Amino acid sequence: MGKDVLTGVHFLSGNHACVEGAIAAGCRFYAGYPITPSNEIAERMSVRLPQVGGIYIQMEDELASMAALVGASWGGAKPMTATSGPGLSLMQENIGLAAMTESPCVVVDVQRGSPSTGLPTLVGQADVMQARWGSHGDYEIIALAPSSPQECFDFMIKAFNLAEIWRVPVIFLSDESVAHLSERVVIPPKEEIKLVTRKRPSVPPEKFLPFKPGSDLVPEMPIAGEGYRVHVTGLTHNEKGYPDLSAKVHNKLVPRLVNKIRKNADKIVEYEELFTEDAEVILVTFGISTRICRDVIKRARAEGLKVGLFRLITIWPFPEKRIMALAQKIKAFVTVEINLGQVAIEMERIVKERCKTFLIPNAGGAVHDPDEVFAEVKQIVSGLVE
Amino acid sequence: MRVSALIPKYPEPETYMGHTHYCPGCGHATLHKLLGEVVDELGIRKRVIMIEPVGCSVLALKYLKFDGIQGPHGRAPAIATAVKRLRPESIVITYQGDGDLAAIGTNEIIHAANRGELFTVVFVNNAVYGMTGGQMAPTTLLGQKSTTTPTGRFAEFCGYPLRVCELLNTLDAPVYLERVSLFDVEHILKTRAALKKALLNQIEGRGFSLVEVLSNCPTNWKMTPEESWEFVKNEMTKVFPLGVFRDK
Ligand SMILES: Cc1ncc(C[n+]2csc(CCOP(=O)(O)OP(=O)(O)O)c2C)c(N)n1
Ligand code: SF4
Ligand SMILES: [Mg+2]
Repeated sequence: MGKDVLTGVHFLSGNHACVEGAIAAGCRFYAGYPITPSNEIAERMSVRLPQVGGIYIQMEDELASMAALVGASWGGAKPMTATSGPGLSLMQENIGLAAMTESPCVVVDVQRGSPSTGLPTLVGQADVMQARWGSHGDYEIIALAPSSPQECFDFMIKAFNLAEIWRVPVIFLSDESVAHLSERVVIPPKEEIKLVTRKRPSVPPEKFLPFKPGSDLVPEMPIAGEGYRVHVTGLTHNEKGYPDLSAKVHNKLVPRLVNKIRKNADKIVEYEELFTEDAEVILVTFGISTRICRDVIKRARAEGLKVGLFRLITIWPFPEKRIMALAQKIKAFVTVEINLGQVAIEMERIVKERCKTFLIPNAGGAVHDPDEVFAEVKQIVSGLVE
Repeated sequence: MRVSALIPKYPEPETYMGHTHYCPGCGHATLHKLLGEVVDELGIRKRVIMIEPVGCSVLALKYLKFDGIQGPHGRAPAIATAVKRLRPESIVITYQGDGDLAAIGTNEIIHAANRGELFTVVFVNNAVYGMTGGQMAPTTLLGQKSTTTPTGRFAEFCGYPLRVCELLNTLDAPVYLERVSLFDVEHILKTRAALKKALLNQIEGRGFSLVEVLSNCPTNWKMTPEESWEFVKNEMTKVFPLGVFRDK
């Protein structure tokens, strides 16, 4: 058997780092369908998973891939797939099934220029909303966005842990630039990697209710075929897991699926702040755009401008509380994202009249030009003074 | 007399515009040219609506002067169904790779064929996902290496090469199913004839026709063009026998 944790210093692309993060996190099942710019994930998985006793399957399309993840989840694995926008669209029906059946899994979406076939080989960040509610109905998922190969490794471990704890699909919103960037990646010793696995049944089968939640709103999860006679269904179901097509049961189940994330958001949300203590203007960003903004902040500070950075690590759930608190004391937020305002609209919703909100959009194909972002930020700052 | 006067004047192709982006030696370029020639010969250029796939031939309409629609990966037959039913006077062609038609689009092709839709399918089987960089296709041969089967395709994990003509030949509706290839001049001319027949079937309103073309991908097979055509001739035809499967 090959090593699951490749402890040491490596030079890896974001996509390859995702694979190593996943395997270190205990992923042993991959089902997927090739698509640019995610292909290096499937290709490395096809080599690495057999080395560690895992299962790699190239499926006939993305619908089947995502359905296989639900099967794998109930088969006891920590499953994952990787795709890009068009594939994520095809996965949505089964992402809904995973949310409804509380099947832990990780879906890597290497975002490219979109909509539709768009710009297959060039960067985009426009799947933010598709990640959140691309499937029909009310549900919540968790989405993380890395900005470097190192974070691809680190956040994949987070992604699997979060999927296991909250029993939701976790969408890993990478992008073409991060995916194809090669940098130093430090993989820690195996003992230092903290892994979490789903809660397992704590009572014998005759007393077990597979969809009865604990105080965290998450139920314990058996494996299909291990004696708990589980019934897992996308139909509205009661705590036994059996279909119960009544408004009463529906109004218990769906709010719980949503609230297990909304009410526990404080335990899930992660972000990074830079120079926010004294900032008058804060740039809000994620993924590859973080790196553009870091550069802009440096230049702004060198010119004495009080500009800070708020970088989303989890995009969903959104760090609402912290943004509201910051909005009380600053003059403006400026969202920088490679789309036409998907995070920005969420910012407007949260910030309301507390301070101003701006957007520096970009339809995709290339990252923002730092010179242009800096010029716009300067203009915004000077406009605020007048 | 000037030497140039001795060179026979061929008519300018009306449909095929050339200058493709395909890798040197790739069968897609040859096939585009043949398709253009046949369309010119039948005088139907202005009636053709071609549905492009997602694959290396996603830009086919840059080289073939038709109207066209590029569908999502695998969905060309569904788009073609609607276009042909609404514009029966048009000649509707789908041009699809083996990933497009035999993996993600298997559903669409089986059902379009089973409904006997009156369009023509040009199916390019090169045993690999060319566009995305050489992953296994449903048609990849056993033992053949790809970027997702680095030690070769094993039936145990990946099943067997999918034979599309044979599969569609179990249906009642299709009128014409033939597998051809491009590995030498004789077979290139056979391919040309098959394309013409398939288009005539549509012009005459006879029914669903599909021409499967065994092609190559020297780039992802990591072969020279010559080696790749040898592979098509010696290996692919063993698994995918050439011939007419249906002609009614
Ligand atoms: C929904 C969706 N999934 C995956 C892709 C990525 N993709 C583009 S082309 C292609 C395969 C092309 O292979 P094939 O159809 O055999 O054509 P070739 O390039 O070999 O001619 C794939 C998987 C996509 N564009 N859309
Ligand atoms: S990658 Fe393969 S199929 Fe695509 S153009 Fe090159 S040789 Fe042809
Ligand atoms: Mg192909």
